[in-house]
Amino acid sequence: MEETERMEPFLKVEDLTVQYTAGGEVIKAVNKVSFTLSKGETIGLVGETGAGKTTIVKSILRILPDPPAKIKSGTITFKGQELLSLSEHQMRKIRGSQISMIFQDPMTALNPVFTVGEQILEALRLHRKMSKKEAYTKVCEMLEMVGIPAERYGEYPHQFSGGMKQRVVIAMALSCNPALLLADEPTTALDVTIQAQVLHMMNRLKKELGTSVIMITHDLGIVAEVCDRVAVVYAGEIVEMGDKVHLFDHGLHPYTEGLFHSIPSLTGDETRLKPIKGLPPNPADLPKGCKFAPRCPYASEVCREAPVLLREAEPGHFVRCIKKLAADIKTDMTGKKDKGIDIAAAENRPQGSATDFIKRSRAAREVE
Amino acid sequence: MPMLEVQDLKKYFDTPRGKLHAVDGISFCLEQGKTLGVVGESGCGKSTLGRTILHLTEPTGGKIFFGGEDVTSVDRARLKKLREDMQIIFQDPFSSLNPRMTVSEAVTDPLKLTNRYAKGEMEERVNSLMETVGLTERLRNSYPHELDGGRRQRVGIARSLALEPKFIVCDEPVSALDVSIQAQILNLLQDLQESKKLTYLFITHDLSVVRYISNDICVMYMGQMVEMSPSKELFQNPVHPYTKALLSAILVPDIHVKRERVLLKGEVSSPINPKPGCRFAARCPYACKQCEHGQKKVEISPGHFVACNVVTGAGAESL
Repeated sequence: MEETERMEPFLKVEDLTVQYTAGGEVIKAVNKVSFTLSKGETIGLVGETGAGKTTIVKSILRILPDPPAKIKSGTITFKGQELLSLSEHQMRKIRGSQISMIFQDPMTALNPVFTVGEQILEALRLHRKMSKKEAYTKVCEMLEMVGIPAERYGEYPHQFSGGMKQRVVIAMALSCNPALLLADEPTTALDVTIQAQVLHMMNRLKKELGTSVIMITHDLGIVAEVCDRVAVVYAGEIVEMGDKVHLFDHGLHPYTEGLFHSIPSLTGDETRLKPIKGLPPNPADLPKGCKFAPRCPYASEVCREAPVLLREAEPGHFVRCIKKLAADIKTDMTGKKDKGIDIAAAENRPQGSATDFIKRSRAAREVE
Repeated sequence: MPMLEVQDLKKYFDTPRGKLHAVDGISFCLEQGKTLGVVGESGCGKSTLGRTILHLTEPTGGKIFFGGEDVTSVDRARLKKLREDMQIIFQDPFSSLNPRMTVSEAVTDPLKLTNRYAKGEMEERVNSLMETVGLTERLRNSYPHELDGGRRQRVGIARSLALEPKFIVCDEPVSALDVSIQAQILNLLQDLQESKKLTYLFITHDLSVVRYISNDICVMYMGQMVEMSPSKELFQNPVHPYTKALLSAILVPDIHVKRERVLLKGEVSSPINPKPGCRFAARCPYACKQCEHGQKKVEISPGHFVACNVVTGAGAESL
């Protein structure tokens, strides 16, 4: 990583807080979320419905409806530019051209009264100021790239199957070679064989174009397949974040553990699943202490008393849990025990390799 | 004697462009207390199969035996009685409940269809049903919109259990739920099966769920069965090229397992007036001349059936 890039990450989200107001209630959708993303990297946001994943990425693009949504605080720095302080006019230049989004439901993301070709063309004409002819050639290229014959330029969305519509949406999002791609559950609406095709294609395009991706998903299988780093989101907070290898091998937070135990394995012989008890908390009435405490098998009084901060358990591996930190990590810490830490600074420190990490944590366990 | 036997079941729909072969010659036997998983991609006819068995749509051809009795064509009176024994849990707990009925009204509704319960007994029955599916009593007067997906699905399950059925079609009962809730519902369905000796036809597109819950699995492609086998055997030793592709497409939440992926080309072709011959041939990497003429179902090991020429016939060595 170059020195300059280390100073200023490609994307830095800091202390993002978003609230919705509905029926006199304040719904705390996103609470002080911070993370960074470097160029060409893919981070996965994992969590259940209503955890605030989509709200986070929509804030980056600033497409949340206001009201009812309100970005209360925080900064989002993209390539050195503070997005939240830009004017709407400046923001429109970034949307679709530098940052674009693949929406979850391809059936509703496309406009039914325009042909798919016209819909992809629009972004190119607007942002790249291409002539009609140039843009047409580019659209045909994009369609071919996502595996749709260019002859289908003039067809309407209803003439395509679900998988093909999703590929049109992807072609549209990638048409202007965005530097950052926000993918909101891009394959949830698709069958497994088509999902495999789409992810394969996204991986290939990511390599070819060097795009950074924020991948929202609830499927840990997709994370294993495409992400470099993972942030687990629960009740509007990041409860655990780290390198994919760290998180899959040494997931620390009880919620992460619960997620892994809830999935039936394809090879194991388990006869009973271990689900997470209870339900996610009401975002209008969040618990005072740890938000996961009411469902957590390890929770005690300390957890319920005061909010738990996100701390660095290992270099680059953050967790928001008193219990797990106390049990797994004893002294080998950064020293900042009582305060939350500056994630961006911590993340940009040179990190030990994954194997180092595994060796160290094994040693720590043996000691115990 | 099997609880349910289906022989060469067919369901065709008329469309302006011709006959849509939704279910085309499915046969299987299902013993009491067992679960048959039906997997396949959207549009392969798995839901239609479940609905046809329950007479929610009338079969075009074939036979259905329930508890030894031929129930392929029964009159309305018999059908009404039969439905007490055969129930369904729907996929979408958001649209399968009446938004104007409270939980207790929704669960009482099926009880009113028989004269098994007197007015006074109904309330007691509703309470015990709600307890069985893990709904607390304070939710009695809640409306569906006040409940989350998992609880709504529990209401759907309570409704289908109301008349003590023997056989339940579970049509993607957990697909609309989050993983942590999904596991709760799967455990509930398993407990109910054990305590009430229920027989399930479990329809899903989620292969890890189907492996977990089923004794046998039937893989469908465009209305036909391509492979059927005991659950573990299917995952250890898939034979049909489509099954192999389907299993390899599952994303495993494990970063250390490197799996070889069979990427299928293209998409499912139209099930309207399909050509004779193997329906998978167009996407099949092993397709040969013979596949244009159709394929036979062969039992390659006890309980493991495959419908593929390449596996069972001439081209076997090419696999």
